[in-house]
Amino acid sequence: MNNTQTLEASKKTQGSTQRLSGSEAVVKCLLAEGVDVIYGYPGGAIMPVYDELFKYQKEIHHVLTRHEQGATHAAQGYARISGKVGVAIATSGPGATNLITGIADAQIDSTPMVCITGQVGAHLLGSDAFQETDIVGISTPVTKWNHQITKASEIPEVLAKAFYIARSGRPGPVLIDITKNAQFEELDFEYTPCTGIRSYTPVPKLEVTAVEQAAAMINEAKKPLIVWGQGVILGKAEKELKEVIERAGIPSAWTILGASAIPTSHPLNVGMVGMHGNYAPNILTNECDLLIAIGMRFDDRVTGNLETYAKQAAVIHFEIDPAEVDKNVKTDLAVIGDAKESLSKLLPLLAKKTYPKWLNRFKELYQIEFEKVIDKDLNPTKEGLTMGEVMKELNKVTKGNAAIVSDVGQHQMIACRYAEFNQSKSNITSGGLGTMGFALPAAIGAKMATPEREVVAVIGDGGYQMTIQELGTIFQTKVPVKIIVLNNDFLGMVRQWQQLFFDKRYASTELVNPDFVNIAKGYYIEANRVSERKDLSEAVKTMLDHDGPYFLEVCVEKEDNVFPMIPSGASVSDIRLS
Amino acid sequence: METNKQLFTVSIYTENSVGLLNRISAIFQKRHINIECISTSVSEIDGVSRWTIVVFVSEEQIRKIIGQIEKQVEVIKAYYHTDEETIYQESCMFKIKSDLLFEDRQIQNIIKESNARIVTVNREFFVLEKSGRRSEVDLLYRELKPFGIMQFVRSGRISVTKQEMKITELLEAFQA
Repeated sequence: MNNTQTLEASKKTQGSTQRLSGSEAVVKCLLAEGVDVIYGYPGGAIMPVYDELFKYQKEIHHVLTRHEQGATHAAQGYARISGKVGVAIATSGPGATNLITGIADAQIDSTPMVCITGQVGAHLLGSDAFQETDIVGISTPVTKWNHQITKASEIPEVLAKAFYIARSGRPGPVLIDITKNAQFEELDFEYTPCTGIRSYTPVPKLEVTAVEQAAAMINEAKKPLIVWGQGVILGKAEKELKEVIERAGIPSAWTILGASAIPTSHPLNVGMVGMHGNYAPNILTNECDLLIAIGMRFDDRVTGNLETYAKQAAVIHFEIDPAEVDKNVKTDLAVIGDAKESLSKLLPLLAKKTYPKWLNRFKELYQIEFEKVIDKDLNPTKEGLTMGEVMKELNKVTKGNAAIVSDVGQHQMIACRYAEFNQSKSNITSGGLGTMGFALPAAIGAKMATPEREVVAVIGDGGYQMTIQELGTIFQTKVPVKIIVLNNDFLGMVRQWQQLFFDKRYASTELVNPDFVNIAKGYYIEANRVSERKDLSEAVKTMLDHDGPYFLEVCVEKEDNVFPMIPSGASVSDIRLS
Repeated sequence: METNKQLFTVSIYTENSVGLLNRISAIFQKRHINIECISTSVSEIDGVSRWTIVVFVSEEQIRKIIGQIEKQVEVIKAYYHTDEETIYQESCMFKIKSDLLFEDRQIQNIIKESNARIVTVNREFFVLEKSGRRSEVDLLYRELKPFGIMQFVRSGRISVTKQEMKITELLEAFQA
């Protein structure tokens, strides 16, 4: 060993610490947290970190999106399908502000994500320097936690905290802003994962007596209804939920983000609740005698008018976040804690039961919905294509094994209503924030996280154009996502509301669209357009069989409406079938 | 709903970190709630900050707000109390022309009766300090107003609760 090598060695291994630059420390932290892919966009204030990413490109795959919003949604898609923390990275100023929509989406949908932004040098903070923006201030209301690093020595501890906070308890987005000087400075690097923060209780201690009370109430119920949400998926409690449902024999419905936690084909799965959910679970919410909410937050799109929501029922709320209890719906019993732990403690206390008469009510109402809505959606006799039949064709080929990624609006409601799901984490959609432009980049992240899974983005023609530039990311990375655009040349859901509530005044909802197939081909992505029923089945099959990314535009009926529908502010039992 | 509103004192124990004020105030802002007064300081525990925020809301609102505040990573514990459940004070200062102090007997009586304290006197002005309940401060203000007040400032409320707050135990439980 020559002298320089000795020097080098001693420099790098003093105890268990290494002398590194802040920017290299950032990359080392990501590696220590098991990050294998990150989504981002470079710029001045984050260049030192990008320089390190260049050196570590074998270890970490950096995906260059075409807009920072795309980076956050891709990170969300990655997180939602894998359960791991998604990572997005951007520069200061506009790079950072472009992350906000994705961060707000992750916050309201409890998605674990760490965003790293570059910032001007600490000596320039507050001077209105080039590309300086107060991203910590801006992101505060939409992050679970955020922090600005101004010294390299803070990097390991703060990033360890960031990952811990993002993934623990009720997950959420964390933003870490790193001034440029902190990226250049050196530090003695040592990484210790964060295992606890004294002011933070991610998982409140479960009260066993609450579980016992819950079991007693469930065992005595005559007409119980379970409504589960994403808390079951985030808490990895799918198996426990299934056992509870099967043992107690309780009809069980899901919120949009809870979709796929239990297979759609399960005999006790009675469908989706909420504004465009299924007829039976909405109507029967106001007939059950016990409503058991598990890992859901009684969003207004689920409850409709709170004054008339499940007033006849006792309510049990299984929930990890104490702030959600009694927030919207007054509960008779709260079981606060981790869903997996709560449900596994509940299971042995439950009597084995069935409710054939009660379950039959769901079947009867399903039959009504089938005749009035579902049959027309899935087996239309009119000329124009329906969004529903596209989902039916998709189900035929994927057999419920695909992950479906959607935006917000009519296509989303149809996708969530009709997609068949065999496994959990298969419905990736923007639920709480309702973000147009979510699906295309989210599908990229989802496919990269789980290359073995079929990932199909189902998008409307409006939302598609909000992040259409991510076709460039798909082309560059060759990520084999399948994209279906359900094109009705309208902002369909807004148009539906205009038709129903604004006397058909279609204010700024009609879109004059470009040639989507040519645009996809411009990005060298295989593409096809279908506008006739006879070609649909084959087109869907061709898309899924294609080895690589594929774009399919389906021209659907322009003015179809999504039903059932609970008009805004109405009661769940006032759900309309037409 | 409006009629259920009353003053609540929110007490929060937090870590002392940059930006937390923004995070806490955003919780009120999001719900269009005006903060009547706010004060932060050290607490009885080293390194832990104590916040006192007064808001005029319904009990249902304040309960939900406490939930949102406690959920913040750097918040150790948050409480809300009615006036009856706390001992509370505000502090205020008056700057008044000095000649009045020497020439007007009445001012001297007001100072005496109100239990206000003269902080400093010089040729031009004297400064009066008074701590107490809002009503006492308001009374003193009304009494001094006719003589001419050069400057007036009042602090936010600070309060301690009649009941115990077990913060130290909470923090010790974490370390255990």
